[in-house]
Amino acid sequence: MTDAAPSYLADQRRHKGLAGWIFSTDHKRIGVLYLWSILTFFSVGVLIGVVMRLKMLWPGEHLYSAAAYNAFFTVHGVIQIFLFIIPGIPAAFGNFILPLQIGAKDVAFPRLNLLSWWVYVVGAILALTALLSGNGPPDTGWSFYVPYSLRTNTNVTLAVFAAFILGFSSILTGLNFITTIHRMRCPGMSWFRMPLFTWSLYATAWIQILATPILAITLILVMAERILNLGLFDPARGGDPLLYQHLFWIYSHPAVYIMILPAMGVISEVIPTFCRKNIYGYKAIAFSSLAIAFVGYLVWAHHMFTSGMSDTARMVFSLLTFLVAIPSGVKVFNWIATMYKGSIKIEPPMLFAMTFLFLFSIGGLTGLLNGALATDINVHETYYVVGHFHYTMFGGTGMGFFAALLYWFPKMTGKMYNKRTIVVAWAHIFVGFNMLYFTMMIMGWMGMPRRYYSYPPEFHTYHVVATIGSWLLAIGVFMFLGAFIAALRKGQPATANPWESATLEWQTPSPPPTENFHDIPTVTGGPYEYKGGHPA
Amino acid sequence: MSTPTHTTHEYHPDSTGSKIAMWLFLFTELLLFGGMFLLYAVYRAKNPADFHYASLNLDTKVGAINTGILLTSSLTMVLAIGMLERRNRKASFWLLVITIAFGVWFLINKYIEWSHKIHHGIYPGSEELIGRTAGENLFYSLYFLMTGLHGIHVIAGLIVLGFMAWMVARPHQRSLPISALSAEARPNAVSVTVEYGVDPKLDEQKLIRLENAGLYWHLVDVIWIFLFPLFYLIS
Repeated sequence: MTDAAPSYLADQRRHKGLAGWIFSTDHKRIGVLYLWSILTFFSVGVLIGVVMRLKMLWPGEHLYSAAAYNAFFTVHGVIQIFLFIIPGIPAAFGNFILPLQIGAKDVAFPRLNLLSWWVYVVGAILALTALLSGNGPPDTGWSFYVPYSLRTNTNVTLAVFAAFILGFSSILTGLNFITTIHRMRCPGMSWFRMPLFTWSLYATAWIQILATPILAITLILVMAERILNLGLFDPARGGDPLLYQHLFWIYSHPAVYIMILPAMGVISEVIPTFCRKNIYGYKAIAFSSLAIAFVGYLVWAHHMFTSGMSDTARMVFSLLTFLVAIPSGVKVFNWIATMYKGSIKIEPPMLFAMTFLFLFSIGGLTGLLNGALATDINVHETYYVVGHFHYTMFGGTGMGFFAALLYWFPKMTGKMYNKRTIVVAWAHIFVGFNMLYFTMMIMGWMGMPRRYYSYPPEFHTYHVVATIGSWLLAIGVFMFLGAFIAALRKGQPATANPWESATLEWQTPSPPPTENFHDIPTVTGGPYEYKGGHPA
Repeated sequence: MSTPTHTTHEYHPDSTGSKIAMWLFLFTELLLFGGMFLLYAVYRAKNPADFHYASLNLDTKVGAINTGILLTSSLTMVLAIGMLERRNRKASFWLLVITIAFGVWFLINKYIEWSHKIHHGIYPGSEELIGRTAGENLFYSLYFLMTGLHGIHVIAGLIVLGFMAWMVARPHQRSLPISALSAEARPNAVSVTVEYGVDPKLDEQKLIRLENAGLYWHLVDVIWIFLFPLFYLIS
């Protein structure tokens, strides 16, 4: 191959046009396929969120029925969790960037990788079918708690089956990444020379493999109960509904680390690049990812403090919950220490990385109140939890996802977006976000329960502020996404290394050729070595 | 799959990598069943006497025969792999056929056992069961759920083994040196065939697949080894 090797976008293989994408085993094309699919569902999820907030402008019955409201919050949750945040960063950016970062030509199992995208699409189609057919979309909340999920006539069985299928996609991606990282690192790429994004994907992949099967069996049980009437969760027949909650959270708590760890990996890439400095505490960040993956597996029952568990269990889970805050804190302090005395350049990716730090810290600190038994009892099932969750997941993972998009978009497409538009969009997002979710936390603190269709008049002002915030946030998000569409049409060409970053993915052209590197690179140093403001 | 006209892009002769991925997949299977073992543990701890009583009604003889069948099928599976390693494709093929036959026999026994129970009105949510104790209800729900899901795994395993038998029966693909390719195929070809030199009598790719299929079949066996005492031998 010569220097003129065509980019992966131009390289014509066996299939042409759309087929050249949906049947491609190239990790970069699959990453882009995932990105498009995920952004589409994310936009739908945002719109449903806006519709939910719209109803909350006034108390009482108007706009649509309470049953529709139940369906909206369920569908919003199912889409944003199973179709956006969980696959989000690993499937889109992990697929594209991981092999580039370790100097590989592709992932270990390219066809399995394509299969995982197809499985994702099938899962998504089933999910949409569940929403639009039968007795209407599920109205159980995304957690499908029994006994209600077994009694409701809505399309729960199909929705649960869709989530089950999506789990397969997640598992396939996980085992592909682990094998890739173990087997396909280029010469010289030792474990402690791997970029931290790769480390975070490694930790995430382990959680995907170890936790997702528990979700699978939980969802199988819901389906089996609905179809075969096993009675395993029916107290009248000796069953225990609490066990459903245990099984559900054994997966779904580790799942929040599937969501957040890759975002933390993105931040660990962006911060050293824009501070022109080696990352502070490389090994501490790498190991804290593994520690989060491990301890995060053991904290699930903190979702069930009010469920009637024994006090011993509650105290143990509360303690473990506080322990998992330690590795998260280690990361935040290391990022800030990296910025200290760095020559910080606030480009769009850095702007969103700093937003991540700010919002995720609020999310993390407010989470401690949920981890403590005494306070959690009061705020459980209130808007406080909703606010906290969105600060960590949207303010954390969402901002990490945006930072990743801004950071790697020039690499993926060879185009640069309009930075000014991004800053304007950011201002909308930042103001709208805090108006919406901080107000929610205040309301929750005052006792506003979540998932309620109406509310007493004293909450009216707060709901109006939150709803206006949701408009600003949505405008910001769509302005942000629009900037990328505009860049695809008429963006300036991007250079191979527009951010002057030191990691491997920037040492190949933008967009990269199909085989990724002209020659397989040999690595001789750490991933974040800068000298005089340039990669060493 | 990896005909020489493909680029390196789609050619991954990494047997260790395949094994790693297979073991990871087996972990996920264990955890899947782990969720149900968790339910079993809790419900049996709550209703020890009912579980004991319900277990009396299961036919230990059939369970023991089925255990023997699956264990023997694991043996024939290993022998099939050994025979392919020794380049005896024919023996490998027939051993796979025997393994499949054992699997089918297992399912037939299971079918007879289940229909017997259902015939006596014992199935989840049946009139007969509702009248009995909570523990018995739970026992039979778990019994049908866990052996049922295990049965689905046996069926999946049989499909995989069927494919393996077909694969082993086919003659090995002999990879061609680049000079033997047609003119238009040549620019896309990579010298993997020269580097990895496929032995015409032993196709590594097939062996890896057969070994991985074997791992899966053993997993199905191992899970049954846990199910058997937990349902049949606790009385």
